[in-house]
Formats: sequence, C-alpha cells, structure tokens
Amino acid sequence: MPLLPPRWRLLVAVLAVLTLPIGAGVLWLLLTGWFDQVHGLLPVGGWSPENWRFLWQPVGGRPPLRVPLLNSLIFATVVAALEVVVASLAAYAISRMAFPGRRAFLGLVLVLHAFPAVSLLIAIFYILRLLGLFDTLAGVILVKVALELPLGIWLMKGFFDYLSWEIEMAALVDGMSRWGVFWRIALPLVRPGLLALGTFALLSAWGEFILPFTLIVSSQRWTMAMYMQSFLSEAFTDFGMMAAVGLTYAAPVLVLFVLGQRYLLNIYAGGVKG
Amino acid sequence: MKGIRLRLERLSKRFGRVVAVHALDLEVGAGELVAFLGPSGCGKTTTLLMIAGIYQPTSGAIYFDDRRVDHLHPRDRDVGMVFQSYALYPHLTLFENIAFPLRLKRLPHQEVAARVRRTAELLGIAPLLDRYPAQVSGGQQQRAALARALVKEPQVLLLDEPLSNLDAQIRVQARGEIRRLQQELGVTTILVTHDQAEALAMADRVAVFSTGQLLQVASPDELYRRPATTFVARFVGHPPMNLLEGTFTNGQFVCGRQRFALPAAVPPGPGYLGVRPEDLHLRGELAGRVVVVESQGRQALVTVDLDGVELKVLVDQADRPAVGARVGVGVQADRVHLFDASGVRIGP
Repeated sequence: MPLLPPRWRLLVAVLAVLTLPIGAGVLWLLLTGWFDQVHGLLPVGGWSPENWRFLWQPVGGRPPLRVPLLNSLIFATVVAALEVVVASLAAYAISRMAFPGRRAFLGLVLVLHAFPAVSLLIAIFYILRLLGLFDTLAGVILVKVALELPLGIWLMKGFFDYLSWEIEMAALVDGMSRWGVFWRIALPLVRPGLLALGTFALLSAWGEFILPFTLIVSSQRWTMAMYMQSFLSEAFTDFGMMAAVGLTYAAPVLVLFVLGQRYLLNIYAGGVKG
Repeated sequence: MKGIRLRLERLSKRFGRVVAVHALDLEVGAGELVAFLGPSGCGKTTTLLMIAGIYQPTSGAIYFDDRRVDHLHPRDRDVGMVFQSYALYPHLTLFENIAFPLRLKRLPHQEVAARVRRTAELLGIAPLLDRYPAQVSGGQQQRAALARALVKEPQVLLLDEPLSNLDAQIRVQARGEIRRLQQELGVTTILVTHDQAEALAMADRVAVFSTGQLLQVASPDELYRRPATTFVARFVGHPPMNLLEGTFTNGQFVCGRQRFALPAAVPPGPGYLGVRPEDLHLRGELAGRVVVVESQGRQALVTVDLDGVELKVLVDQADRPAVGARVGVGVQADRVHLFDASGVRIGP
C-alpha cells in the first residue's frame, strides 16, 4: 500500500486523536464484557463468562432477555415499516400533486421536525393515557413514528422531486392508472431512498430510550434500552454484565450498519441523488 | 395500423391566470404528419399533452374520428408518445420497456414477446433488448422510446421533440427514418419541435404556434412561400427573412431613405416588407456598402448597409464581395412579402 501524501498524514493524525476517546470506550466495553474486572484499560483477574449469564437465565427479577429483545425487534421493525409507508405516500403527494395548503403543510412539517420532542413528553403521556395506549408498545410506536415522520417526509420528497415527470407521463400514456404509476414506477425508482429511510428508522428506533422509558412501565414491555438501564439503577452496578448487555444490544446494529451503510450514506449526502 | 382523423375544437388550457393555449381549432387527416412548430412556451407541448390525456383541457373538445376523447383517461385513448427525454423506465430492460404497454393490456406472453421482437427489428434494436436504458446510446434510447410508442399500434402517435437530444449527424438520419416509418405504418402523427428545419423536412403540414395561439397551418412549401404573419416569416427559413419596418405609399414601400417598388397594390400606411436573403442579388440599383460576409459553405451571407437599413443577401461564393465594398442590391419584386402594421400578411 502506498504511503499517504504528507497533507493526508496530518489529517489522519488529527482524526485519530479525536477518535481516541470513542475507541477507548469501545475497547473498555469489549474488555469489561469478557473479564472479571478492568482497571483503566487493563484486564484484572480472569476471563469471566459469568458476565453473560443473562443470556440463558433471568437476572435479579428482570424478565428473561428474549422479552426485551423481542419487544425491541417489534418496536424497531414496525416503526421503520410504518415510517417508510406513510412518509413515501405523503412525500409523493407533496412532490407531485397540487392541493390547497401544500406549502403551509410543508412548512409545518419542517417546524415539527425542528421541535424538541422531549418537551412534548408530558402532553404525550396524557394523550396516551386518554387513548388507553399508555404502557403499550403500540402507543410508543405511534409516538415514535409521529416524531420521526417529518424527517422521513422531507427526505422522501427529495427523492421524488428528483424523478422525471416525463417517466410518469409515459407510464400514464402506456395505460397505467395514477395509483399504478406510484406503485410500479415511482416507488421502484426511489428504492435507494426507501432503503435509506428504512435503515435509518430502524437504527433510530432500536436506540430509542427516552420514549419507552417514559411511556412504558411493565417490565414485560421493556425494550433493550430499558433492560440495559435497569442494571444501572441498583445500589451495586455489575459493570461486567452491563457491558455484556451493551455488546448484545449493539450487535444487531453493527450488522445492520455494515449491510445498510451504502443506503445511509445516501441520506447524509443530501438525499436527492437517486 | 390505421390512423384516425384528429380534430381539436376551440381547445384552451389555462394554468391559474396564465393562458397556455387559446381557442385552438385544428384538423389532422388520417395518416397525416403535422408538426407543431414554435419557440418554447408557445403552447405546443401543452396541446400535445392534452391530446395524450395528461392535461385536462380547460375548455374545448378533442375528437379521434367522431369519438370525443378529452374526458378519457390516457389508457382509453390509444395514443403512443415519445418524450424529449425518452422517459424510458430505468429499472427495466429495453425488452420490458417496450413490452410495458402490452403487459398493461394483459396480452398473452407469447404475443407480447412476438410483438416486441417485431417492433424492435423494425427499429433495428433487436440485439439490445436485454440491456438497460443506461447501457445503450442516446440514439438507441430514442429508438427504444419510439418502439414503446409504436408497439401497441396506436391510433395517434405523439412525438415531443424526439430528436432534440441527438447529435446533429444522427438527427438528420433519424428524421428520415421516423418519417419513412410513419408513412409505412400510416399512423396519424403530431410532431412537436422548435426546429423549423425539422418541421419543414418531416411534416405534411406545419402548424406554427406563438404564445398559445395558432398562427398558420400550411404545407412546408406554402409556409415558406407565403408566411401569414411577420412571426412566421421570421421563424421559418434559414437564414431568416429580412423584415423592414416602413410605410406603404402609392406603389412604393419607404424605409429610411430607401424606396422599394411593390408588386401589388396595398392600402397606404405603416407596415413591413419582407424579403428572403436568397431573393436578393448584388447587381441591382440600391446602393450600399458591405458590412459583414459570413461563409455558409456553397454560399455566403452578405450583410449590406443601405444608408442605415441593413439587408442580408445570399450570394454564391464566386460572387462574394469584400467587406467595405460598394455594391448595388437588387430585389426580385415578385418575391417580396408585405405585412400590415399588426404583422398580418396583406400581399402579394
């Protein structure tokens, strides 16, 4: 491999220094998960599979791992699916159709996106209670989807705007219905956008903490983030096991990120390049 | 494939307060090719999209033979259309692109395959059918788009600037091919173009548009010889016609210090005199000085200044004068075009 040019070497050095704390954190997580004790970044004592016993048995009054794991899986996939479906329908309408209030709607969506969701938590709590959705996964899913939709709509609108009108006109002339044009021409052509939004929504929902923490009580409905948090709240914190839980929690994300990073890059590159 | 007669009646389209097309009347015969010619924004593409069924007319009617179609969905009109960008479906192979309209008609698979092959062979793209649009050249994409429009054997073929994205060389060749194909199939065709040479070369008749209105519908020859307005006179023909603004008095047209004899009697008053560069020569009596000489291959376009009035004269390269030379411009009196002050032709 050829050496980097001098200017690049400096850049890489700076980036390496900046990344160091994060790298150290990940290293700590890995070591702590597998060893008895870790002082600084040095493992002390022996190798400790005990840290992983939550995998096969319930620990300290918590539900077995499969409960929060399954809840998180349901939460993330349903949120992602709903978000992709609703955002693409809304974005297509906004991108392609003239209707009264279109501009106002677009502006409102943008404002909602900028609005800090945490400030709504108490109101949301009351609304869910009123609807009988408090302490249910469905309730949190609805809230999460609603809060993420503005971003999704704007993102998908960018992808649809980039589609040529003439292709849709051609499909109409070829004999397709308006709905068919959306379903069989427009959607396949914004596939990169759908995948990007889907991956993004999945990751965001998987990592969500504050909404389930506030809106769910029963341990049978915990998500992974709450399961992990429960290890912190005791007088004695088993850092070894918590690190192991953290690694378990992070594993699917790493896999998904490796598989989906091509689509994610699309989002961060502005989202308009189909 | 049998073409139908197409009739537009008082067809209008408004977008908000903007009138895109105003009270258009036009009849296109069965199997005829009519070109819609005009600058961008003149309403020609809007009219085409109303015929296709993409736009709903604000008022007026569209008839295919005696069937009124303006309220019908595009799929019930049986039109084929080629778009300027070709608008091929990028996620489908050329085969699937061409098969698309047939699949929507739910034709049996074997018939779809047979018709796609036949159309592709007709257009010389049969070896490319399993490629994607991005993998073939612009000319091949254009043929694929034409194949997709023709494969369902439409009653009307609509071409929206189908050649404007091609290289100049292929364009002239494609012109001839499209025209031949259209005549062989006998399909009624509308060609939208802003290129007057393309319109004159391909069409049976040319309809000239300006700001949403139809100015003249005529054969290419007639359009060239007897433009109905100064707009048509300026737009059709290359190099463009000389148009002088001046006054008609008894038997003469006065422009600046120049006087031109008139071939026909016209009412006195302000107006325009037009004369094509090829209808002028440099062996006449109007004294002037050569300002610019542009080589045009076999001929040269000479700009002559006649005391403040500039005329462009087309001469053979052999007779090409030097810049600054004193020349006498002559007019073939029977080849001038006379227009009144509003630009409408009044003679000869």
